[in-house]
Amino acid sequence: MRIECPFCGERDVSEFTYLGDADFRRPPADAEGRAERFYEAVYLRDNPAGPHREWWYHASGCLSWLQVIRNTRTHEILAVELATERPRS
Amino acid sequence: MRYSIFSLLRQALVGHRGWEPAWRDAEPKPAYDVILVGGGGHGLSTAHYLAKVHGITDVAVLEKGWIGLGNVGRNTTIIRSNYLLAGNNPFYELSMKLWEGLEQDLNFNAMVSQRGVLNLYHSDSQRDAYARRGNAMRMHGVDAELLDAGAVRSMLPFLDFENARFPIQGGLLQRRGGTARHDAVAWGYARAASERGVDIVQNCEVTGFISEGERIVGVRTSRGDIRARKIGMAVAGNTSNVARMAGLRLPIESHVLQAFVSEAVKPLVPCVVTYGAGHFYVSQSDKGGLVFGGNIDGYNSYAQRGNLPTVEDVCESGMALMPAIGRVRIVRSWGGIMDMSMDGSPIIDRTPIDGLYLNGGWCYGGFKATPASGYCFAHLLARDEAHEVARAFRLDRFAAGRLLDEKGQGPQPNLH
Repeated sequence: MRIECPFCGERDVSEFTYLGDADFRRPPADAEGRAERFYEAVYLRDNPAGPHREWWYHASGCLSWLQVIRNTRTHEILAVELATERPRS
Repeated sequence: MRYSIFSLLRQALVGHRGWEPAWRDAEPKPAYDVILVGGGGHGLSTAHYLAKVHGITDVAVLEKGWIGLGNVGRNTTIIRSNYLLAGNNPFYELSMKLWEGLEQDLNFNAMVSQRGVLNLYHSDSQRDAYARRGNAMRMHGVDAELLDAGAVRSMLPFLDFENARFPIQGGLLQRRGGTARHDAVAWGYARAASERGVDIVQNCEVTGFISEGERIVGVRTSRGDIRARKIGMAVAGNTSNVARMAGLRLPIESHVLQAFVSEAVKPLVPCVVTYGAGHFYVSQSDKGGLVFGGNIDGYNSYAQRGNLPTVEDVCESGMALMPAIGRVRIVRSWGGIMDMSMDGSPIIDRTPIDGLYLNGGWCYGGFKATPASGYCFAHLLARDEAHEVARAFRLDRFAAGRLLDEKGQGPQPNLH
């Protein structure tokens, strides 16, 4: 598996560290029904078999956080973007 | 047909032409008492114990492919009950006891071999942690022995004891642990369940659930609709996908775990050995191959194959532990898809939907749990209450904060 880093080009997966599902959304601390919403954010995952939006960190490279869309059935990398270029939500 | 020395002799006299298939490859009926989705080790053992312990024989096991081709045939065959937490240990010890009587129970040779499981330690703090684990095991009535370096050296003289970075200081030994022939476990449970009337339906993929009001009353499959009073999912690796069809979102991620087998060598490794300074576990099959594995690859995957950095990492750990294997060739490697739960422990529970029950989240500890998982899931399906040793495996424990986190890693599934 190789990830095309926007700075460093196509690099082996061993240079990267995986954080997981990028659809994690931390609810506001004072949100209505926050116990339930924090439970969903911390513990529940869609875990799709197919395209998956996820965080990778280029630890042995440019130290960038990347948001990658990868097919979990085939390990094919479908898209890579710098995390800093994604709107925060 | 009962297998025995007499049936073998009888067949020898007639040229082995009278052997029957070990189980019926059944056609699905329109309705059952209980449907088990997934014909792996856990689904088949659940069917066996439903029939044997609870007398419920109107049961179908639905398997999308062929039985035994999933994780039950993709593991490193290790059985053990060396757990620390009170919510886990009695469950795995029940499993160990069921392993000890499995072949007599099933009348099938599952090659259960109690050759011992030895976890090595390489530092004072790791020794303390293993002493604590060993004490917890003994307080639960499980055998455990803390060995010093001399005792380990007399068992396994070929290990690299003087490793400069991670010298071997000793190990925690569970003598009753060991290995079992994984395929035979699936076949043995299938045969025993089938003999009691359970339908094992292969090439029957569940594609949806049938609901009536709030209740799930059946499944849609590639071979037609089948109705049932109760439906149990035992599809670890694919649990999120099957549960999604019922509208459930679960505290599970799917990850790939690789395993390896080497060419056959003469008897070398007498027990299961785990390396404490990396993640590497090895045993030697009766054919002579070294069967070994390490960590999951660490990213979500349904691919049943992994990547080379993990292969390299596992082999480096193996070389650090036993340099003698440096010229042994690997002949096969494969991957299995693990339900990695958010606390590293499994789930055996009702779901919020009436009629639907969940067995999953086995991380990479599912094989050793096969007998107790089936035993406890059958108990839950038959009586609608958790078996006493599986009470901690609740689905709502994440929301309630009652996690069962052996490693203390927190909700990061790729670290369990």
